[in-house]
Formats: sequence, C-alpha cells, structure tokens
Amino acid sequence: MPVEVVTGNHAAGYALSVAGEANRTARGAACGIYPITPQTEIVERIAAFPFTKGRVVAVESEHSAMGVSMGASLAGARAFTASSSNGLAYMVENIMTAGFYRLPIVMVAVNRTLGPPWNIWADQSDTLMLRDFPWIQLYCSDNQEVTDTTLLAFRLAEDHRVLLPVLVCMDAFIVSHTQGETDLPEQADVDRYLPDLDLPHRLTHDDPRTLGGLIWPDVTTSLRLETHEAMGRVPAVFEECRSAFQDVFGRDPGGMMDTLEVEDAEEILIASATVATTAAEVVKRARAEGRKVGLVKMRMFRPFPEEALRRACASARRVGVLDRDYAAGLGGVWWQDVRAAFQGHRDDVVIQDYLVGIGGGDVTPGLIEDVLEDLRGRERAGPPVWTGIATEKEVMV
Amino acid sequence: MSTPTRIRSGAMAFSEVPVIPCNDECLLRAGNTNCGGCGMSIGLTMLGRALAEAEDTCTLAIPACCGAVTAGAFPTTSYGVPTVCTTFAASPAVASGLAAIRDINGESGQVICWAGDGGTYDIGLATLSAAAERNENLIYICYDNEIYGNTGGQRSSATPHGARTTTTPGGKEERKKDILAIMAAHGIPYAATLSIAHPEDFRRKLLTAFGMSGMRFLLIHSPCPTGWKSEPADSVALVRMAVASGLFPLVEIFDGERYRVNVEPDFTDPAEYFARQRRFHDDEVDLEATRRTCRARHERLRFLAESFPA
Repeated sequence: MPVEVVTGNHAAGYALSVAGEANRTARGAACGIYPITPQTEIVERIAAFPFTKGRVVAVESEHSAMGVSMGASLAGARAFTASSSNGLAYMVENIMTAGFYRLPIVMVAVNRTLGPPWNIWADQSDTLMLRDFPWIQLYCSDNQEVTDTTLLAFRLAEDHRVLLPVLVCMDAFIVSHTQGETDLPEQADVDRYLPDLDLPHRLTHDDPRTLGGLIWPDVTTSLRLETHEAMGRVPAVFEECRSAFQDVFGRDPGGMMDTLEVEDAEEILIASATVATTAAEVVKRARAEGRKVGLVKMRMFRPFPEEALRRACASARRVGVLDRDYAAGLGGVWWQDVRAAFQGHRDDVVIQDYLVGIGGGDVTPGLIEDVLEDLRGRERAGPPVWTGIATEKEVMV
Repeated sequence: MSTPTRIRSGAMAFSEVPVIPCNDECLLRAGNTNCGGCGMSIGLTMLGRALAEAEDTCTLAIPACCGAVTAGAFPTTSYGVPTVCTTFAASPAVASGLAAIRDINGESGQVICWAGDGGTYDIGLATLSAAAERNENLIYICYDNEIYGNTGGQRSSATPHGARTTTTPGGKEERKKDILAIMAAHGIPYAATLSIAHPEDFRRKLLTAFGMSGMRFLLIHSPCPTGWKSEPADSVALVRMAVASGLFPLVEIFDGERYRVNVEPDFTDPAEYFARQRRFHDDEVDLEATRRTCRARHERLRFLAESFPA
C-alpha cells in the first residue's frame, strides 16, 4: 500500500473521501463543507476528490454543513464532514440532531481552543463539550491513527447494532499540520472494508414516514434508552471492526484504549491524543529507572469504556489524569469520567487531575515527569493542578 | 411587448382543480389537529392536489413551525409523504442533501421545504440564501402568516407595520421585509407569490415550479386566525382582500429579471382588511400611507412586468 508523507489533515481528507467513494455502488456520498482553521485542508481535500457518485456542497456555515450531511444521510448516502472549535460550537444544534436521527455520519474534528479570545492551538474542550450527545468519540495521536480510525468509524457507525454518528478527533497543528509517513489505503481495500451503506430508516416514497415529529415523554424515554443500549453495544462492535480492519489492511488500527506497562504499575497516567504519545516516552524512561508506572492511552471517550479502564488500572494506587481541556467550575472533563468509572468499585485509588497544555501549551516530557513526581507523593487527591499558567505576560482578568 | 397574464381579482376556476380523496395517500391526511381557518392547511392540501395532478410526489423538509406540529405525535403522522422535521434554520441545507442524493441516483420526486415566515425571513435566511445562491434543485415554500404562530404569536420580520403581537404590544413599528425581492435578487429560476384565495393561480404556479429545475421559491400569504385575531371563516376572504387592495401582489419573477403580474388589484380599500383582524388597531395603522404604498408598489411591479416581461 502507498506510504506517503502527508499531514494529519491530508490523511483525514483522504480517508473521508475514499470512504465516500466506496459507497458508489450504493447510493453514493455527499457532504456539506465549511472552512475553519485548522481543519480547512480536510475539506479542501474532499472538494478536490473526483467522486464517481458524490456531491460536495460548499455551504455558508457549519450549521448547514451538518444540515447537508444529514439530508444526504437521510437519503441513504454515506455522509461526513469536518470542523473544529467555534465551528463545532456553531454546529452544535445539528450535531445533536444527527445523533437523535441515528445517522451514521462521520465527522473529523481538529481539536482547537474555543474562543474568544482567539487561539487556534490544540485543546480538547471543543469536542468534549459534545459529550452528552449520541455521538461516539474517538481520539487519535498521529496521522496513521487518523487514517485508520476514520475508516473504522464508518464501519462502526453504519453497523445496524450501532447506527450512531462518530467523531474522530486529532490535535490542532501537532497532528493536523504535521507531516509524517502515512500508509494511505488503496481504494480497492477500502471498498472491501466498507460494505454498501444500508440505512434502515432512510426516507423513501415506498414507505413514507415522518422523522423528527412530536413525541410523548414515554416514547422519548424509550428512544433515549435505545440510544443507551446502542452505545452499550459499541465496545463489542468496535472490536469486530478492529479485527476486520486487520484482516483487510494488515495492521492494528488501535483499541478503545491502549495500555503501556500497566500490569504491576502503582502509578498510572491516563491521557489521550498527542499528550499520550509524550507520556508514553516518560513512562518508558521511568520504567527503565525501575519505577512502577504505566500509561492508559484513551482513544474512546464516548461511550466511556469504564470497565476496561478499571481492568487496566487494577494494580494502581494512584491515577493521574492529564486533561488538555477545562470544564468551568469543575476541572478536567476526562477526570470527571475517570472518577465516575471508579466510584462504587474502588475507593482506595487516588485520582488526581492535571490540567496540561490548555490553549495549546507545550506538554513536554519534563512537565509530565513533574506530574508523575507530584502524583507519587500524594496520599489523597486534591483539586485539579493547573500547569502552564502565564507568569510574565499580562493576564486578562 | 407581451401583455402580462391577468386573472381578475376573485376569479376562480376551482372546479377544474382535481379533487383527490382524503386518505392515507394524501399529502395532508385527514385527522390532523390544525386550527380552523389555517391557511397553511389549505396550502398543503392544494400542494397535494397539484402533485397528484402532475403525477409527481415529494419529500418534505419542515423546520420548526406549525408544519412540524401538523405531523402529530409518533407513531402517527398527518403526512402521506416522506417527511423530515429539521432544526429551525436547517431545512434548505437538509433539503440540499436530499436533493443531491436524489439527483445522483437519477430519481424523481420533488424535494420541498415547507416553512413558516420565522424559519424563512428570520432564523433560516442565511441557509435559504446560500441554497438559492447554489441554485439547489429544490422547491422552497414559505407559508407566511406574518407571525411566530407556534409560540403564541410573536413578531417576525414578516409581521406588517402596525400589527400587534405579544412582542409588539403597541403595534409593530417596522415594515414587513420584502422576502420575494430578496429571493429574486439571487437570480433563481423562479420566485412567485401565491394566495389561497386564488386557487387556479396557486395551482398553475405549483405546476410551473414542478416543471422547472433549480431553486424555486414560493411565498404563500397564509391567514392565521389565532395570530391575526380573525374569524376562521374569514380567512380566505381576508387574503383575497389583501390581493385586491394591493397589500399582497401576486407576481412571478423568472431568473430574477423577468416579471409577470398575475392579478391586477382593484385597490379595494384595505380598511376592511385591517378592521376584520383584531391584531390591528385604528390608531396604530396609517391607512393613507398603506394605500399609497400599495399603489406605488403596484406601479413599480407593473413597470417591471412591462419593461422586463416574462
């Protein structure tokens, strides 16, 4: 398969396009596209792709980008888009709607700081604010993961046991704009991996139905429960999609979470995306020095893989959560869910939050070593620890 | 220079409009819970008849509005055609996606947005403008009842000057937005106004729209007894008066540049139109200015129709 040196954005644009093209033998593909830094190259790639049976609609807003993709999906086509930061915030109403409609749309999100004030660097607060919607969320740490996860996302989303949209996330610039060797799969292999999309509730004249009309509280509850059950089936279906990926492409696209040295670890770091990549280096060094530390690299945020996380952290006495995000008045978003995963199961674990790289600040090996040092000295958890605060510059209050 | 087609105010050939039985196959099924005298319901029925006459069908994209409530509660629906109730501002975008996939699969059937004035003049205007600029292959129909009816009667930018709403308790000070001119300015193939009091003209415009491709915009003057504080039985008479007085001209605009005036107003005094709706109060409506505006608007439209005939 062709290995090219491309950016994360290029990889995402390519993967979305070939996935759409793979549905040419069914009802085709379409998407609404709208630019926002740092995801723009993705939609430029899509716009330039020579679809056999597809249409790319350059719209006037993110809200409409998801609107067009929903319309295409409702008509039975493979639909996708990409956005970032305030674009996602502007799109929120339709993001939620795509989930409520149970449409298997895949959206690549480049994690960028929410503004104003304006800051285009990496921060996960944008996609994590979507945590309560019926969307699967997957986080990637390099260009290959972006490519593979995007392709896997379609197979996962379109599985009739799931039928939920998927967000595939990557860090602004650190992945989106960084070139690296990336194996971009051939169309023929993608065709094999992604069967024709068959949306059971697509709008047809043969069986005219009304989607999104009025419902009563009990039916609303039933629909929420159906979504909850579909979310519950995601881990098993994910593993099937992962295994099928290996069969077709000959490599592992990665799990819901990947672990490093956790078996006998006393201190475990929990991180995602590129922060996890840096943390892995720190953990390897610490292990070489004989310290019992490990790492859980989270790839799936929704549904939150609680059980697998507890299993991975079975030996841990202290868990440090690295959050490149901030929920006002609370702390890190990942931290909340990690705490919730342990609650009622284990009360002997210190679960400490570290806010790192907020607004795209550098998360260096030295910073993570400091985090490990702090974590090791803790007998109980405290409030979130802030790092990277401006000291010399004037801070707006 | 060709003479514009003119239908005399009030003239009807309703007997020629084919009647289809009201069953599950209808676009708007019997048993819906819409208000008596609702212009939107009459418009939906006429849309269904015109589709049946043209042996055509449609998929509806309906934003938040009374049209979405019309569907009724799951698992029943009042719509006999595939329908998606979209978010408030999104119907032209969702319809763009539906139409794109219909077209790349070589399928037939209209894709129709059915939206109120709030979703058209206000929150959905950017989405609508963008779909028009892209000349999407869909029909956008706005049933304009000049109010946010679903939420209990608040002003929209379609509310006429002087009308009381719950958010303009002293009568609206601003004038109604000219949405037809805005849409025509996009240069779309077809933009037209329709009145349920002129069913033959209404039907012909629907059939015209069905026979074209690209973006087609239709604006229906749609009485709302609840919001207009009028008698349900007066609905058709009221919108007929609006056409006759020149308040709501019936026109067609092709490609944004060729005009046709369909009904010649006789400039009936609009006083009765205002008097029969309790949303208007004598001291909040400037009748003389309204008469002048109606005549001036018609003069302009007649000039355009004669200078740039369709």
